Amino acid sequence: MSRLLPFIGFMLLVGLFGFGIWWNTQHDQNAIPSPLLDKPAPAFNLPKLYEPTQMVSKADLLGQPYLLNVFASWCIECGVEHPVLTVEGPTLGVQLVGYNYKDAPDDAKGWLAKHGNPYDLLIADEPGHTAIDFGVYGAPESFLIDAKGVIRYKHIGPLTPDVMAKELKPAIAAMLKEAP
Amino acid sequence: MTPELGQLALILAMLLALAQSVLPLVGAWRGNRALMAVARPAAAGQAVFVAMAFGILAWAFLRFDFSVQYVADNSNLALPWYYRIAAVWGAHEGSLLLWILILNVWTVALAAFSQKLPEVFASRVIAVMGLIAVGFLAFIIFTSNPFGRLLPMPGDGADLNPVLQDPGMTFHPPMLYMGYVGFSVAFAFSIAALLGGELEQAWVRWARPWTNVAWAFLTCGIVAGSWWAYAELGWGGWWFWDPVENASFMPWLVGVALIHAQAVTEKRGSLRAWTILLSIFAFSLSLLGTFLVRSGVLTSVHAFASDPRRGVFILAFLTIVVGGSLLLYALRAPKVLGGKPFKVVSRETALLISNLMFAVAAAMVLLGTLFPLIGDALNLGRISVGPPYFGFLFPLLMLPVVLLLPFGPFLRWGKGESLVLKQVLMRAGIVAAACAIVAAFFVDGQLKAIAGVGALVWLTVGVLLYALKRWREMPRGRRYPAEMAGMLLAHLGVGVFVAGVLLSESLSVTRDVRMAPGETQHIGNYDFRFDGVHHTTGPNWTADQGVVTVTRNGNETTVMHPQKRTYPRGQVQTESAVDAGITRDLYVALGEPMDANDIEGAWALRLYYKPFIRWIWAGGLLMMLGGLVCATDKRFRIKRSARAEAGAEAADGLQIQETRA
Repeated sequence: MSRLLPFIGFMLLVGLFGFGIWWNTQHDQNAIPSPLLDKPAPAFNLPKLYEPTQMVSKADLLGQPYLLNVFASWCIECGVEHPVLTVEGPTLGVQLVGYNYKDAPDDAKGWLAKHGNPYDLLIADEPGHTAIDFGVYGAPESFLIDAKGVIRYKHIGPLTPDVMAKELKPAIAAMLKEAP
Repeated sequence: MTPELGQLALILAMLLALAQSVLPLVGAWRGNRALMAVARPAAAGQAVFVAMAFGILAWAFLRFDFSVQYVADNSNLALPWYYRIAAVWGAHEGSLLLWILILNVWTVALAAFSQKLPEVFASRVIAVMGLIAVGFLAFIIFTSNPFGRLLPMPGDGADLNPVLQDPGMTFHPPMLYMGYVGFSVAFAFSIAALLGGELEQAWVRWARPWTNVAWAFLTCGIVAGSWWAYAELGWGGWWFWDPVENASFMPWLVGVALIHAQAVTEKRGSLRAWTILLSIFAFSLSLLGTFLVRSGVLTSVHAFASDPRRGVFILAFLTIVVGGSLLLYALRAPKVLGGKPFKVVSRETALLISNLMFAVAAAMVLLGTLFPLIGDALNLGRISVGPPYFGFLFPLLMLPVVLLLPFGPFLRWGKGESLVLKQVLMRAGIVAAACAIVAAFFVDGQLKAIAGVGALVWLTVGVLLYALKRWREMPRGRRYPAEMAGMLLAHLGVGVFVAGVLLSESLSVTRDVRMAPGETQHIGNYDFRFDGVHHTTGPNWTADQGVVTVTRNGNETTVMHPQKRTYPRGQVQTESAVDAGITRDLYVALGEPMDANDIEGAWALRLYYKPFIRWIWAGGLLMMLGGLVCATDKRFRIKRSARAEAGAEAADGLQIQETRA
């Protein structure tokens, strides 16, 4: 029996590899699951972009779902995402919160004046400290946060029409169905 | 037309490989000499066709035949001829062809040098090599054809991955494959022994040089790879524990264990089953390495996503070859332990301990490499273990090896004397401790560096003490046979390697700096002065080349030229500048310009001062040399008389059958 052990051990490995092949056909290897998914969003307290004296905290936004969109005027891909957000944003059925990330306020305002402002609310994180709590490692990133303040969906990179249709909108639909 | 001939050659080679594997196996089973005699000519024929296919692909590269998809993907008109040759194995399909070519080199060598082995045994060994070839040829023909056409033919090709355009990389894969594939000989040998149900000590003796040579090539390949990563990747690191590196390191570790286990089995008849098992493991891990690197289960997702058949094929092949051999082992391994008994204090025990350590280390690396996969399987999320895991466990496992290594050779077979051990411990220990204390003053009390000096002296004095003992006690001419000299060299290499690792890791200075032309940085007695960046061109690239003048106490040591190259397809590749030395390397990598429009202004630079880093590779090369020297020992060559003698010697093993006529 003990001589069968190497064989048994190897067959377990084969099982693991078989699983690996199957897994790879099912999943996108580049996706890094956010540890924040389905967890309460981190607490924050940030000034509004246009009225820096007014602070917005996580508690202020509880009660209705919103899409937190991390953007910056220096971010090239944000320019790709922006027209999509401008067109599709109002149809999403949730509030659109712009999270201005590591940006000089004047640059951000200039950028929004030039490209249009699709956001219902704009907050600014110029030093970028709060973004660390969100696990942001670049812009653009988007977080769908429900009425209870739980992160329901996260997307890294620009929201394209494809991502909107296949991922974001189903996630919003699922969220709204669950908590009417 | 010619590329189609290449494909045809591969198909013919596979048919011959089938003949080479099936007919001799049937012949050996039925006792049919005519069928057994097919083995050698079939192997030779297969080799001719595989060489032809390889030559045709190389020729397609040399004359820019971009109508071949693989050529168009991996070369272009500007690529110099030597990199066009290297491009043959620059991507998946061609490197597979190289794998098969090297398998054929080993098979032909095996067929040529096995004339004096018993015919039944030799034909089984060659047949097993044939079976492996069938699997790989089927893989290349059905899933990875290098001769596929691209129509219409493009005017120019893409490019060989610029990362691979480096002398180290040209050299690295063939060496590595020589090692990987070389373990197939020990494997074939063990399978043949299991099929025949007998394992003669004389056959293990005959297999030993093959294992040593394969292991030496593998060592060389790993050293070349490590050197390449150091010189090319611009991070100054020499080992990263990434899955691809681990894939080559696991067979190496098992190879070390196998070399030592074979010595025990050959000389004493003990550890037979273990030697067989290790032979299977060494080659299985080589196959596993191929699987891990190529299937995309762990890396390079895209190759896999485009063709999931490859992963499934390799897994099926792996299951048949490895699963089949392990099942065979379970059924046929010697059930009664043979060999002479040994006491606790004996050379056998010492070798067993080292065996255990290396086998466990290989298992540890395997576990760490597969951890992300296990994480997925158990739904723990995407986890990977990196250098912290390996960096903690591996030294822990190797510590006993380093501590015990000097004692090994002093121990006699069967029963050693503990008195000798005390003498070694006293002498080598005191010298090592003294040197470590002296060293402590030079390295600012860095523990790792002190340990490095201690380990170096401990191992070197241990090896020299044994060399001295041989000198005193043995008559002239019998003091250092090749086997002995090889062992001494390889063990010295371990000391040099350990010292290189510990000293360079603890004493290295790294600095990421912004430097404007004319500015100077002072690192470890050297002043690095940045003299600006200018534009330069090479055969198939353009580059921003920095000039860094290094002075020591006002005297110019060297002028270094780190580059940031741009290849025709826009790929950017850093070329670090390295000033090599026995006691230190100076290393400069060019980062980004502070202002992209002003390349003559300030740049980000990475400066390194790396003491003794070269010793890492020197140690590896000494180990390789040891393996090669060992293999030249006359004792391993089968002579008629030696065979008779070996048969008599083996007679006290329990699993031995008479095979002498």
